[in-house]
Amino acid sequence: MASVPELRERIRQLQTTKLDTRSLPTHPAIARLLPGGALQEGATYSVDRSLTLIMLLLAAPSAAGAWCGVVGVPEFGVEAAAGFGIDLGRLVLVPDPGDQWLATTGAIADALRVIVIRPPKRASDASVARLSARLRKRGATLLVLGNGSHNTWPQSEAMLSITESSWTGIGDGHGHLRSREATVTVTSRTGGRPRSARILLPENYGDTGVGSLQAAHW
Amino acid sequence: MPASISAPERVLLLWCPDWPVEAAIRTQGLKPDALIAIIETGRVFACSASARAEGVIRGLKLREAQARCPTLLVAPHHPDEEARAFEPVLTAIEELMPGVQSLRPGVCAIRARGPASYYGSEEEAALWLLDQLDELGVPGTRIGIADGVFTAEQAARQRFPQRIRVVPAGTAAEYLAPLPVGVLDDSSAGEASVVTLLRRLGVYTLGDFAALDAGDVRDRLGEQGARLHALSGGLDSRPVVARVPPDDLECAIAFEPAVDRIDQVAFGVRALADRFIAGLTAAKLVCTAVRVELDSESDELSSRTWLHPRSFTTAEVVDRVRWQLQGGASEVGLSSGIIAVRLIPASVDSIGNHEEGLFGGGPDERIHHALSRVQGMLGRTAVLTGAIGGGRGPADRATLVPWGDRLVHDREPSPPWPGHLPAPAPSTVFEPPRPVTVFSASGDTLAVDVRGALNGSPASMSSGRSTLRLTAWAGPWTVDEQWWDSARASRTSRFQVVDTTGTAWLLALEHGHWWAEGRYD
Repeated sequence: MASVPELRERIRQLQTTKLDTRSLPTHPAIARLLPGGALQEGATYSVDRSLTLIMLLLAAPSAAGAWCGVVGVPEFGVEAAAGFGIDLGRLVLVPDPGDQWLATTGAIADALRVIVIRPPKRASDASVARLSARLRKRGATLLVLGNGSHNTWPQSEAMLSITESSWTGIGDGHGHLRSREATVTVTSRTGGRPRSARILLPENYGDTGVGSLQAAHW
Repeated sequence: MPASISAPERVLLLWCPDWPVEAAIRTQGLKPDALIAIIETGRVFACSASARAEGVIRGLKLREAQARCPTLLVAPHHPDEEARAFEPVLTAIEELMPGVQSLRPGVCAIRARGPASYYGSEEEAALWLLDQLDELGVPGTRIGIADGVFTAEQAARQRFPQRIRVVPAGTAAEYLAPLPVGVLDDSSAGEASVVTLLRRLGVYTLGDFAALDAGDVRDRLGEQGARLHALSGGLDSRPVVARVPPDDLECAIAFEPAVDRIDQVAFGVRALADRFIAGLTAAKLVCTAVRVELDSESDELSSRTWLHPRSFTTAEVVDRVRWQLQGGASEVGLSSGIIAVRLIPASVDSIGNHEEGLFGGGPDERIHHALSRVQGMLGRTAVLTGAIGGGRGPADRATLVPWGDRLVHDREPSPPWPGHLPAPAPSTVFEPPRPVTVFSASGDTLAVDVRGALNGSPASMSSGRSTLRLTAWAGPWTVDEQWWDSARASRTSRFQVVDTTGTAWLLALEHGHWWAEGRYD
């Protein structure tokens, strides 16, 4: 039984249509859900609403020395990012790029490895294709923070969201938020069944940085 | 024999009384006749003559000084600023006679031999010096001329009507003999303890002290005592070490006629910036902070200091000039033409400390280039890097600085900040906070009384458009900040709540209004 996921993984690897793409360090529990088994360089991923999920994805590349950029998200919580193990010295924020968000993203894609954007409006297919080509050429990964279902980014490799979460440590008028158990669901572009994992986050918050996890498939 | 026995040289010492006060008047624009006291660690460090007439003396506690003189203006002691304000005085002296040693702000020494033979006599030289300083507007300067720096300073400080006091060569010991031993106690704690001990031993004047045997003094009081003993005998062998006048590193350019477009100024400044950086490099220095001064046609002066995390290059200096111009103007046009640009190195460092390692230090050149380009597109403050600062609210704790600037915290992260929220921090921080309304189960708006008690438990919250039901909550954590300042005082009660979707919120209640400060999404 235990070998079923392994076999599936092997089949998926054999079925890859692209030339080999390099992958970024990825949070292990999420890596298992993603097509290709990790975040791919030059690819685009959509993340539904949750900045926590974005930070979880940024943490591993940042800890490995990659520069990260956040474009158009003025409410990005710097302290929480540091708590996830994102190196603030290698994190660049462009909170308000205005109308020039695509140009800004393109410009910083030349230098940074992982870029988070929240598109203020729907971009034309041509400009998205141009940006994607630039990302592929430079090997930068784009994480698109969407707000709801209507604003999905064309050509994204996978769509990540937190579908369910529950908090511990807080009660009815007592305690405080301590940790959270969240279900991360990934829908890949190639279709197939959405894959989910439960992640306990953040455990050992602030010590080791990356929220550790107990993941289980079902 | 120790060096202290060698014969002291003739020294001309110049003393500007109450220099810290004078410096405060010059740098902070205080009125010259105001009652001013300069305070260091809660005690009076220096005061103006008018304040002294009211009974304020050095060493007095601030509160006592204010009791004696209720209209006292208080300014903190800034040694750096005082030294900077003394710089024009030193320059003025150097115009007359070279080889000035600045002992501390307000006091400087010159070897007397050269000026004395040039101007005819020591008095003559001192008169020239006083003329020059009176012209500069430095009031009440006094000059002492004697053997050795210590004797000359005592001569300058004695309250005689005439402003120049000459102690003839070889008579230093006789001159010093009647002075109290207290004059030895000037700077360090070690000297203070020696002076206290001398008083207990019944030695009250410098003459008494100098009469003691040098060997006995060394045995009993050690090296420091021996030095003070030599001083009181008029044997101050401290040589005058002339300062090296600093190189003129600042650069200026004048535009004739005035230039009124930013890109024209930037173009004109490029050669200036090249010269500025080349001048620094020639002096084996790098600039880590530059002050840019812009004179406009309408007589406005725009001055700003730009910090750099490493050191400036030519292009970066030009960028700073451009950004400073953009700060006060619309896209390209300036409110009035620029007639002059000055670049002044505000802080420099040895080039050796900034040489790049063989395998590169600092962020990658490529990253810097790309981010600078974005700054060119959107403005300097559009590209930020962050760090965690101090404070209690989640928005307070994030310190964001523009890319290329040095990190300066608004609130220091190191003091404990009791009342700040425990980890985890909210991943979304609303700045400014968003207004919400929180209702209890019975549908009333929730409020907190003065004792921090809640009039119900939160059951739902509304942002105006949508309403969320709450499943769990905690709080209130009340923070009463800056209550001493009525303009900035805030009393905030914070809550954490969890809604039915599993998203948690950080809410704040301030003056009866609810705000969403953050979201744990």
